[in-house]
Amino acid sequence: MEKSVNGNVKLVKRTKEEKKLLRKQLKASHTLLKHEGINTTSCPTKSLVVANGGLGNGVSREKLQDVLRECGCVESLLMPPNKPYAFVTYGSAEDAQQCYTSLNGSQLHCQGQTVTLYLSFVEKVGSESEVCAELPPGLKVLEEFVSAEEEAGLLDAIDWAPMSDAVTAQKALKHRRVKHYGYEFRYDNNNVDKDKPLPGGLPKICDALLERCLKENHIDIRPDQLTINQYEPGQGIPPHVDTHSAFEDTILSLSLGAKTVMDFRHPEGRSVAVVLPRRSLLVMQGESRYLWTHGITPRKFDVVPAGDSVSPQALTSDPSDLTLSKRDTRTSFTFRKVRQTACDCAYSSACDSQRPLEEPLAPALPQDDGDASRLETRFVHQVYEEIASHFSSTRHSPWPRVRDFLCSLPPGALLADVGCGNGKYLGLNSDLWAMGCDRSQSLVQICAERGFQAFVSDALNVPLRSGVCDACISIAVIHHFSTQERRLAAVNELVRLLKPGGRALIYVWALEQEYNKQRSKYLKEKDLGQEERTGTSVERETENVPDCSQGHAGKSDRSAQQNQPKLVVHTNRTAFNSQDLLVPWHLKGGATKAPETPTDNPAI
Amino acid sequence: MKLLTHNMLTSHVKGVVKGYPLLIKATEVKVNEVEFNPQFVSRMIPKLEWTALVQAAQGLGHLNDLPNELVPDYEKNEEFLRKVHRVLLEVEVLEGCLQCPESGREFPISKGVPNMLLNEDET
Repeated sequence: MEKSVNGNVKLVKRTKEEKKLLRKQLKASHTLLKHEGINTTSCPTKSLVVANGGLGNGVSREKLQDVLRECGCVESLLMPPNKPYAFVTYGSAEDAQQCYTSLNGSQLHCQGQTVTLYLSFVEKVGSESEVCAELPPGLKVLEEFVSAEEEAGLLDAIDWAPMSDAVTAQKALKHRRVKHYGYEFRYDNNNVDKDKPLPGGLPKICDALLERCLKENHIDIRPDQLTINQYEPGQGIPPHVDTHSAFEDTILSLSLGAKTVMDFRHPEGRSVAVVLPRRSLLVMQGESRYLWTHGITPRKFDVVPAGDSVSPQALTSDPSDLTLSKRDTRTSFTFRKVRQTACDCAYSSACDSQRPLEEPLAPALPQDDGDASRLETRFVHQVYEEIASHFSSTRHSPWPRVRDFLCSLPPGALLADVGCGNGKYLGLNSDLWAMGCDRSQSLVQICAERGFQAFVSDALNVPLRSGVCDACISIAVIHHFSTQERRLAAVNELVRLLKPGGRALIYVWALEQEYNKQRSKYLKEKDLGQEERTGTSVERETENVPDCSQGHAGKSDRSAQQNQPKLVVHTNRTAFNSQDLLVPWHLKGGATKAPETPTDNPAI
Repeated sequence: MKLLTHNMLTSHVKGVVKGYPLLIKATEVKVNEVEFNPQFVSRMIPKLEWTALVQAAQGLGHLNDLPNELVPDYEKNEEFLRKVHRVLLEVEVLEGCLQCPESGREFPISKGVPNMLLNEDET
C-alpha cells in the first residue's frame, strides 16, 4: 500500500492533486448513488463505502481487511459479489474517520493490478436480507466422491498428446481442452452420431466409479459417453442445456484437480452459483438437467465464501462472507448415456425433441418501400423490443474508435446518436450535449433510466432541427434497412442534421470479411473452435463475439423477384454471401429472433 | 426530456412546413438539481432558438425570469447563465405530450421519453 499523495511535492501541485482526489471522490459517490442507490454523507459516521475496493475490482476480502484493520477496529466488512465497492463499519466514528483520512485516494495492489480507493461515509450499509440460495431441483453435489488416489489415477490416465489413439476424439476448443470417449460429441449440432460409436467404449479406469454410482442409485443405466474437459484458469464453458435428444436424464460430472463455481440459470432468470469442490461428483437430474442452463464463467478468480463454512454448495450472496478464490487447472469427467429414442421430458419449452416444426422463416425480398418497412418492423424492430433488456445487458463496452471519435469532439458540441440502443455512447464524453434516438421504446427507456436524453424515432425521420448537430453517430444501424434507397435516405438524414463542418461516424457490418487476404477477427474466431450450444441457450461472452445468426434482407433488385427469392439466413461466423442483413437470434428460454452483435468492421 | 433537448426537437409529419417549436403539454414536470457549468451553458446558448426556449419555459411555469431577448455578453453574466442553466438542464418533462404546431399531431411523453415515431401514412 502506498499513499498517492506525496508529502514532498510543491504546494501548488498538491492542491491540484487534492482537487483531483476530491473530484474523483465526488464522482465515485455520484456513481454509487446513481447506479446502486447508495447515499453518501459528508459528516463522519461509523460506516464507509470503499469505492474500487470491491470483489468486482479483483480486491480480495483478506487484502482489504488488512488495510482496513490498520485504521481501527473493524466491526463488519460487506463485499457484495461482482460489485466494485465494499462497505466497512468500524466500532466508532473516530476509527472510521481515521480510515477515511489514511485510505481515501490511496492505492491497493492486488492480482497484479493497482486500484485507487475512494471512501465516503454512509449512514447505513446495504445489508438487505440475503437470499439463501437453494440448489436447482434435481441437483446434487456429492463431496469427496473419489479419493485423492483415485483422482490421481484418473488424471494420469488421460493422455492429452494429440491424436494419441483412434478411440477418442479430441479437440482444442477456444476455452478448454476436450476429449470424448464412447461417442464423439459434435459441437456443430450439439449431438452425437448415434450410429458411430467410437471403438473401445469408456476407459476401464472409470469402471469402479460408475459401479459405485449405480450401486448408490445416482444413475440407473450405465453411461456410454464420456467427455473430459480441461479448464485452465480463465477458461470456461458457455451456459447451455445438454441437448435433450442426445442424452438420457441423469448427467454426472466429476471435478478433479481443482474446484470451480458453476452457474445454473433458470429460463426465468433466477440463477444459482454452485461450488463444485475438488473430487466432488455433480449429479444433474430432472429440472436441473432439462430446464436450467449450466456454465462456467471464464475468469481467473471465483467469488466464494471466505470462511470454511460447512460445504456451502449453493453460494449465497452474503456479502459479509465472500472473497476471491484463485482458479487452478480443473479437469471434469462428464458421463452421459446416449438417448436412443426421442426425449419426452416434462420441459417441452427446452426440449428439442418436442419442438413444434418451425414456421418457415424465409420472407420474400421487399418489393416496395412499404414491404421494406414491414420487413424491418418484423425482423428488426419487434426483435429489439423483445430482447431489449438482454441486449442491453450484453452491450456495455464502447468500441474504441467510436470512443476516440467522441473524445475528439470539442467541448459543448451537440451530438445525435441515431440508433443509440441502450445509450452506451451517450455518456461517454460529458462535455458534449448528447441526444439519442432509437426505434425501440424499450431501449430508449433504458437510456432515460440512465439519465440520458433520448427519444423514440426512426432513423429516416429524426425529429431534430436541420443543421443543429456538430456531430452524428450511427453505429451498427444502417445495415438494418432492407433496401439501398432506405440506406441512402438514412445517411442523408444524418447529413441533414449536421451543421456545416459537422462530422458523422457511421459503422455498419461489412460484407467483406477479408482484407489483404487476412480474414477478419469475426471469421477467425470460428476457426479457433466452436462452442457447445443447444437449442435453448447460446454462448454469451464478450460484446464483440456475436453468437447469433443474421438473416439477409434482399436488395431492391426487382429483376430478382421473378423467382420469389427468399431471405438467406446467415450462419454465424462465416463469410457473408449477401450484403444485406436483418437479424434473427435465439434468446435463452424462448425462440425469439433478435439482432446481431456487430464486430468492429467499419465500412465508411 | 430537458428543455435543451426540446429546443432541438421538431415535427416531421408529412406535409408540415413549420413543425417547430413543439408545444409542450405537460402533466408532470420535475426539477432536478444539476451541477452548474457556466462554460457549458455559454456554449449551448448560440445553438438555441431563444424564443422557443422562453415559450417552453413559460408554458411550464418555469420561466425563471428569462428575458424575452437574449442578453449581450452573456458569457460573463453568471446570474443570467444560472437562470439559463436552470431552464435548460434542470427542468424536465416526465409525462405529457408534444404537439406539432401545424398539424396538431401529438407525440406522447412517457417516463421522460418523447415518442416521435410517425405512422406509415405520416411519412
